[in-house]
Amino acid sequence: MVGAACALYAARAGLDVTLVDRGPVAGGTTGAGEGNVLVSDKEPGPELDLALLSGRLWAELAREFGDAVEYDAKGGVVVASSPGGLTALERFATEQRAAGVVAEPVAGDVLYDLEPHLAPGLPGGVHYPQDRQVMPALAAAHLARASGARLLTGHTVTGVLRGPGGAVRGVRTDRGDLHAPAVVNAAGTWGGDLAALAGVHLPVLPRRGFVLVTEPLPRRVHHKVYAADYVADVASDSAALQTSPVVEGTAAGPILIGASRERVGFDRSFSLPVVRALAAGATLLFPFLSDVRAMRSYVGFRPYLPDHLPAIGPDSRVPGLYHACGHEGAGIGLAPGTGHLIAQALTDKTPELDLTPFRPDRFPEEAA
Amino acid sequence: MTDRPHLAVLGAGPAGLAATAAAASHGVRVTLLDAATRAGGQFYRQPAAELRARRPQALHHQWRTWERLRDGLRAYVTVGAVRHLTDHHVWCVERRPSGGLTVHALLGPEQEDPVEMRADAVVLATGGYEKVLPFPGWTLPGVVTAGGAQAMLKGTLALSGRTAVVAGTGPLLLPVATGLAAAGVEVPALVESADPKAFVHRTRALAAQPGKVAEGARYAAQLLRHRVRLLARHTVVEAHGTDRVEAVTVAALDADGRVRPGTSRRIPCDTLAVGHGMLPHTDLAETLGCRLDGTDVHVDDEQRTDVPGVWAAGETTGIGGAALSLAEGHIAGRSAAARLHGTEPDPRAWAAAAKSRTRLREFFAALGTVYAPPAHWTEQITDDTVVCRCEEVTGGTVREAVAELGAGDVRTVKLLTRAGMGWCQGRVCGPAVAGLTGCGLTPSRRPFARPVPLGVLARAGEHEDQ
Repeated sequence: MVGAACALYAARAGLDVTLVDRGPVAGGTTGAGEGNVLVSDKEPGPELDLALLSGRLWAELAREFGDAVEYDAKGGVVVASSPGGLTALERFATEQRAAGVVAEPVAGDVLYDLEPHLAPGLPGGVHYPQDRQVMPALAAAHLARASGARLLTGHTVTGVLRGPGGAVRGVRTDRGDLHAPAVVNAAGTWGGDLAALAGVHLPVLPRRGFVLVTEPLPRRVHHKVYAADYVADVASDSAALQTSPVVEGTAAGPILIGASRERVGFDRSFSLPVVRALAAGATLLFPFLSDVRAMRSYVGFRPYLPDHLPAIGPDSRVPGLYHACGHEGAGIGLAPGTGHLIAQALTDKTPELDLTPFRPDRFPEEAA
Repeated sequence: MTDRPHLAVLGAGPAGLAATAAAASHGVRVTLLDAATRAGGQFYRQPAAELRARRPQALHHQWRTWERLRDGLRAYVTVGAVRHLTDHHVWCVERRPSGGLTVHALLGPEQEDPVEMRADAVVLATGGYEKVLPFPGWTLPGVVTAGGAQAMLKGTLALSGRTAVVAGTGPLLLPVATGLAAAGVEVPALVESADPKAFVHRTRALAAQPGKVAEGARYAAQLLRHRVRLLARHTVVEAHGTDRVEAVTVAALDADGRVRPGTSRRIPCDTLAVGHGMLPHTDLAETLGCRLDGTDVHVDDEQRTDVPGVWAAGETTGIGGAALSLAEGHIAGRSAAARLHGTEPDPRAWAAAAKSRTRLREFFAALGTVYAPPAHWTEQITDDTVVCRCEEVTGGTVREAVAELGAGDVRTVKLLTRAGMGWCQGRVCGPAVAGLTGCGLTPSRRPFARPVPLGVLARAGEHEDQ
């Protein structure tokens, strides 16, 4: 997704773009995501600024691609499970409002107007009208096609070509060399490996997540609904399993249920305990789901950097190398902003956001 | 009694029944779980008791083998060596961190109530399912799978129509055509895209199978007797009708497997039974982490998968029919019994089954090279032919995803078109999507072998962690 967005904005900035992937379109984390375009889970700071920029760009893209990418500006509802939790949630929302987020506190009765099938007895929550959803694989495929970039799927990058002064001259793939004065690393969870091919350190780690998919239903969950603990889990550094219920309907009918986080490397094997915890959380939030059938589940690996911020922009260590990876679970949402900023950097324009917090070289080399 | 090792056998078809008998006769406590209400699987499917079929054997061959299996199971159940659990729909087998396995099933026709069972080992005998390739008109009422037509005959003794064309490819079509004809259905044509004669000429595997030669001759005689016309090297081009199939257009194939222009003819019928071979059920094995070879569960000489405590037998390890399933099931049961008792099994104990397994695998490998869909079958899928019935995805949509959006494999086509995301989880449309995409068919990951209520999932195995 991030690569497709970079291709689109770079091509529209007048550059000649080749998009290279060792797999098919959307074959990595993109194809295993829920398509979150969120501001609600972000605290004030550089990531929220990027999310707000991306949200505006998504709204523009929606005019162009709307239905084709199943764009849905349905809004998010964050639910507190206790009065104490509600107080903390409202305090968080106040800070977000100061940073430009639309965050409307909703008392208990209004909450049930928004989501009539929620479990009874919840004290309230916050409504985020700026939260949206897209179908990530379709989004990546349509943006990639609209970019007009030469699309080389099934090409594995095996090396980064460097000139006499160390500057990037292109990449070597298993099916030939590609020459270019600039290379953008949008390899997601595998971005650290690509950085290593260029001889630089970028500690992208996988954070595994399962998503449960139900049978198709008439729309009974109208927003992206999640419990307030989700925000704490997103920001957590723990390697242990965390699950917090995230429930949302889709245009096609099935309900998607997340979100689990664990750092277990690239282990794809099915884990019944994780999926059980997802089901338990979702049925607590929406009791009617108990009788709804899970059809399948899928697994993906969020690209995670130690400070939970992506790496975006030029790499000071290798002239011509740019990074656009490490967006953790927010890559779909943050892709347009990232692509836009990368295109500005590539064309020597002043980026719309300060890239300092996203500097790819901010992580000290470890003697690991 | 409860100290004896416990083996769960999943599936009560030929492989599962043979494994159950072999393990139970060697001191292992066996629980046989099956989704049906009666043992037998697809091959020995039994008419419902209330129909009081007078001669169910008329629809079956190898009836004596079935009687031996059935009576054996009864005897083991009577003495308490085997528990036979019917109407148990297994949705997941889980390896416990502490060792052993947990089988998760749903009970009854509604599949709502959960049951969990611990076992020291499992034999996966989950069988196979029919492969059907789409063509214009294949979604019309009256178009049924060949196996479905046969199951209707065996299970309910119902006639699926008055005039039935049987079409597709594979050895199943012969018993379906003769079975329908014997039950009084008019069968104007058996449309087979392969040339069965090529099989006789090309392979020595048949020479080692005198029984199969006799079987073939018997079917040929029956086709003749019932005036069923065999159209070899022919294919169905389209099924016609508005509310129901009224006729099919069939055409001859050229040497490259393309429809020969000017050869099409229309055959009136009210039923079209169509099948293109079988595919193994591998969901439970895949979720357990078992290695697959192509679409088959990989097993060693003892029928063990590469996951400790998990054996597999029958169609799930590769399509090969009932006799091969019996041999594999027997070996799996013997091996599991020995290993659960902590002893190294002696392969000489199952030498006869192993010999039969070798011969039958050769035979079916040879069969597989002859009975294949025509090389260019995807050309018959028009852009408006529905390929994925659950999500109503057409051939044109799949082609667009490949040509325009950069999809090159079944998974990406699924993500971009929803083909395979519906109720059947791509079991039906998988081969067609792979064909249209121009890639091989690989098993897709289906962590749940059948849909499971979230309320059941939320509690599955919860006591295990404590």
